[in-house]
Amino acid sequence: MSENKYENLKDVSDVVISTRIRFARNLREYPFPCRLNDEGRRKVASIVKEAVLDGHSAISGRFRYIQMSELTQEEAVSLVERHLVSPEFISNRQGRGLLLLDDESVSIMINEEDHVRIQVISAGMKLDEAYDLADKIDTLLDEQLNFAFDDTLGYLTQCPTNIGTGMRASLMLHLPALLQSGAMGRIAASLSKLGLVIRGQYGEGTDSRGAIYQLSNQVTLGISEQEAVKNLRDIAHQLIVQERNARESIAENITIQDKVYRSYGVLQYAKLISNDECMEHLSNLRFGIEAGYFKDIEFSTVNRLMMEIQPATLMKNIGKKLSPAERDRIRAELVKTALSQKTVPANRRLE
Amino acid sequence: MLCQSCEKKQATTHIKTIVNGELKEYNLCSECAQKLGYGSFFGSFGFDLDKLFGSFMEGKSGTGGKKRCQCCGSSFEDIAKSGKIGCAECYEVFRDELMPSVQRIHGRTNHTGKLAHAAGTEVKIKNEIAKCRYELEKAIKAQEFEKAAELRDRIRELEQANAANKGEE
Repeated sequence: MSENKYENLKDVSDVVISTRIRFARNLREYPFPCRLNDEGRRKVASIVKEAVLDGHSAISGRFRYIQMSELTQEEAVSLVERHLVSPEFISNRQGRGLLLLDDESVSIMINEEDHVRIQVISAGMKLDEAYDLADKIDTLLDEQLNFAFDDTLGYLTQCPTNIGTGMRASLMLHLPALLQSGAMGRIAASLSKLGLVIRGQYGEGTDSRGAIYQLSNQVTLGISEQEAVKNLRDIAHQLIVQERNARESIAENITIQDKVYRSYGVLQYAKLISNDECMEHLSNLRFGIEAGYFKDIEFSTVNRLMMEIQPATLMKNIGKKLSPAERDRIRAELVKTALSQKTVPANRRLE
Repeated sequence: MLCQSCEKKQATTHIKTIVNGELKEYNLCSECAQKLGYGSFFGSFGFDLDKLFGSFMEGKSGTGGKKRCQCCGSSFEDIAKSGKIGCAECYEVFRDELMPSVQRIHGRTNHTGKLAHAAGTEVKIKNEIAKCRYELEKAIKAQEFEKAAELRDRIRELEQANAANKGEE
């Protein structure tokens, strides 16, 4: 275990799960969604929809339009579980529309908090690529839509916390060792001084489910997109190194090893498993891969499972509504199958 | 409404989240929201929007209270209560009232990022100059003097264009 392993910032898949870039935009001629009546919402939706679908760009043909009010509750919740839309967006689906790219890497929410929310998601740490794509789509739309913009305040948004660039860049991080060490509170406090914020994956509790955190920029005015992205990347690199060091210090701990192997056992043999329990074990398993206990399980398998085991996404993939008990059974099967495909635990060290 | 977590204080933060496949809405007081990790943008800056705008309202009510945005009909009271700006025009109408909170949220008051189609010529040129200066600094640090010379010429050109543009107006 050389120093290098911890300082290697080329491959950070042991910590970084995904990258997200979001732009908030509004049409100059219409009041923001909070002041917009149904008629106005319909108009905004149709203008944006047309601008995207009829745009003279190769990407236009790859979008499909989803009228949010026509989805079932499971389909809507699944969109949140897959991070394609915000919880706010499905809380009231009337007059809201979604444009989704065929591979689901780009989603454009219409009439969320702002008229237009362009969002690009990418697996792993892909800040520059995700930003470039979001920027390109934004520029295409800007040619056709008259975005609300002020020379001093930049892009104008419904909430003053987003004015300026209107950009939120986020990284989804797996930080089990820092969580374990109790350092997250201190880290969260020091980040806010640097114009960044760290939260649970949907913004829920600091004891984030599955040790998954979202790190994003907070300040959007007086800082360029490039600077904000660079800032985020620099801080993420520091967190990655800290997390790896913390992992190193607990990886040999027998209690930790026991916890990870027990989780692996449960995931392989359980017949019924709830969402929360499953997330916790998957997080432990992911830590086990990171720490080198398991050589044949890919991060991507765990990342995919963390998405697919969630209740609404599970039901969407099965294609019908299921009771919680039925979900627990299918979830257990799903995990078992995924892990049995190519996993042999590498017997690490017999001490 | 009382906070659903501590059931003691007044709830000021409304949270929407997904728990176990269902959309849940919670009303929390600012302390519990902070504790549960919903500290939002305002919390970590040591103030919350309600209080902030609220305190402005106290000072303004009576004088600024009557002013309404022609475009969306918002008064500053509406904005302060909801924390939401009504439309693009509101930023013009209530600029003086909004600027102190903008300053406190972001620490700065001037946009330096990407420019929309709708941006004015002057700001477009200024932005280009700023970008070149940034590149110039990088080039000098990297001792790429040829590139630095090109950038310096470009900045000069832009500054002349800016002066000409101002002259026309």
